[in-house]
Amino acid sequence: MSMKTAEIKFGGRGKKPLAAGQGKVKRTWDRSNEHIRDVMHSAAFLGPSVTGVAVFFIVPFLVVVYYSIIRSPLNPEFVFLDNFKAVLGNSSFRTAASNTAMFSAIAVPLAVVLSLGLALLLECRIPCKSLFRTFFLSPMMVPVASVVLIWQVVFHYRGTLNVILASFHVEPIDWLNSKYCLLVIVVLFLWKNLGYNMILFMAALNNIPKELLEVADVEGASAAHKFFNIKLRYLSPTVLFVAILSIINSFKVFREIYLLVGKYPFDGLYMMQHFMNNTFENFDYQKMASAAVLMALVMVALIALLFKAEDIFGKDVEG
Amino acid sequence: MKKNRYLGRLALTVLAAGFALAFLMPTVLTITNSFMTQSEISANYGKVFSNVSGSEGKTYISETVNLKFIPDKVSLSQYITVLIKSPDYLLKFWNSVILVVPIVLLQLGVASITAYGFTRWRGKVRSFLFFFYVILMLMPVQVTLVPNYLVSDWLNLLNTRWSIIFPGAFAPFSVFLLTKSMRRIPASLIEAAKLDGSSEWQVFKDICLPQCRSALYSIAILVFIDYWNMVEQPIILLPDAEKQPLSVYLSTINSSEVGLAFAIATIYMVPSLLLFLHGEDYLVEGIAHQGSVKG
Repeated sequence: MSMKTAEIKFGGRGKKPLAAGQGKVKRTWDRSNEHIRDVMHSAAFLGPSVTGVAVFFIVPFLVVVYYSIIRSPLNPEFVFLDNFKAVLGNSSFRTAASNTAMFSAIAVPLAVVLSLGLALLLECRIPCKSLFRTFFLSPMMVPVASVVLIWQVVFHYRGTLNVILASFHVEPIDWLNSKYCLLVIVVLFLWKNLGYNMILFMAALNNIPKELLEVADVEGASAAHKFFNIKLRYLSPTVLFVAILSIINSFKVFREIYLLVGKYPFDGLYMMQHFMNNTFENFDYQKMASAAVLMALVMVALIALLFKAEDIFGKDVEG
Repeated sequence: MKKNRYLGRLALTVLAAGFALAFLMPTVLTITNSFMTQSEISANYGKVFSNVSGSEGKTYISETVNLKFIPDKVSLSQYITVLIKSPDYLLKFWNSVILVVPIVLLQLGVASITAYGFTRWRGKVRSFLFFFYVILMLMPVQVTLVPNYLVSDWLNLLNTRWSIIFPGAFAPFSVFLLTKSMRRIPASLIEAAKLDGSSEWQVFKDICLPQCRSALYSIAILVFIDYWNMVEQPIILLPDAEKQPLSVYLSTINSSEVGLAFAIATIYMVPSLLLFLHGEDYLVEGIAHQGSVKG
């Protein structure tokens, strides 16, 4: 009875909202169902990797953080910053940090400028471009361990470089055991990384709108003007990216040093990784943990800088 | 005017050639030197490598090292020794293979599934996760080695290959690159397959993976060369000399075997050089797409 009256009362008009309401309920139900399904699906696809990353990186890293703020695993007394102070005051850590910083400060600007130079060189009208590209890129694919013998021969006290220098009446230099050792490693670093960076720059140069350069040509702009006012503006995000990438790669240079001069290099080549290796060998968990946490903090700061810079420069180009 | 331009181009070409020569020299020299006989090697480089063992005599003082481009007599004797007479080196080579190949395969497998997850579904949690992966990817080994060491210690994996293979399999590097390339697949393609009633797994397997084939190849090359070249992980996680890959072992070769070292070094770079020559274009494309760290 009441149903009927209701039907009569609201008539044809009443039906619509009811139907719509029903639909809405159904749709929200569907949608939440779909949402659940999406969550399940994405969990299924992301699950293995997230589990692996958690087990092999995150959980142990949290333990590392824990180790860095206690006295020792056997005596878990909370000491907060003591370990960090100890590490920062440690003379080998200081040597390692300053050498690593010094190396990055020399190698990174060179890596950016020279690889940009190579990319621009391959933009010019020269023959056999793709062959040159292959040659420039090839060091990236050569294992350091394979060519280290040649580097040893070149930079040895009685090695090739000194022989060549002798013909210019330059006194022989003990490249690997003097203040010049860092330069040797910079050369090796550049040799290995320039090709990769060059490819990044070449891709960025390709993305510069051609019309802009054509207009500049028509207006009679000089090559230098085109480079500084058009190209560099568009390249700025890539310059940054290459710089950060090079900083990260410059931390990997331990590999070259280890293969070239072994575990105990000349003081000037004592890098962060050497310090870590020594703490591993002594099972000094506190030192190891605090150094790793410090390093991670520096990296997070660098990465934040990169993201910020990408924001700023990205907008600059788009706008 | 025209002449000037030609001169400019010539100068640039010479410059490029000079760079190319410098870039190629170490590789080429290693290869040509591997064809020298032991006696020629000792005659040329004896002074450099005898220094290592400390047997430096006064008679050598005036002598210098002679970096030679072409061997006096081409000989395969070093290779014969390495390949047939002393299988020790081949064993180390094999160590490298069974470390690196599983890492490349596992990392790509895990990464392609994960990349699909990051491509198909977005949301706050997932974009935070992705951001986190990027940070982890950018962390240097100095940071990640300590956690890896601890886990291996807990799971009793230290000094086994798994202590390197497991963290390698889950390293986020390929997740990042693959996600970037999967996100370039037109959404309509996936939508259409979904409308046809494909399951997520089918969409992933039949549409996304084939679309990413060249990306997968270039990432495989990048991962391969990174691990083929590894030094830091084995010396910490795999201190047992028997199990160490050739990349570490090559540096411990003593001076009496320098001749062999060139041959081994050459053999060691063959796989990565072949991969490079075959996949260079994919590789270049893969690197070029890396342009920025933001997804």
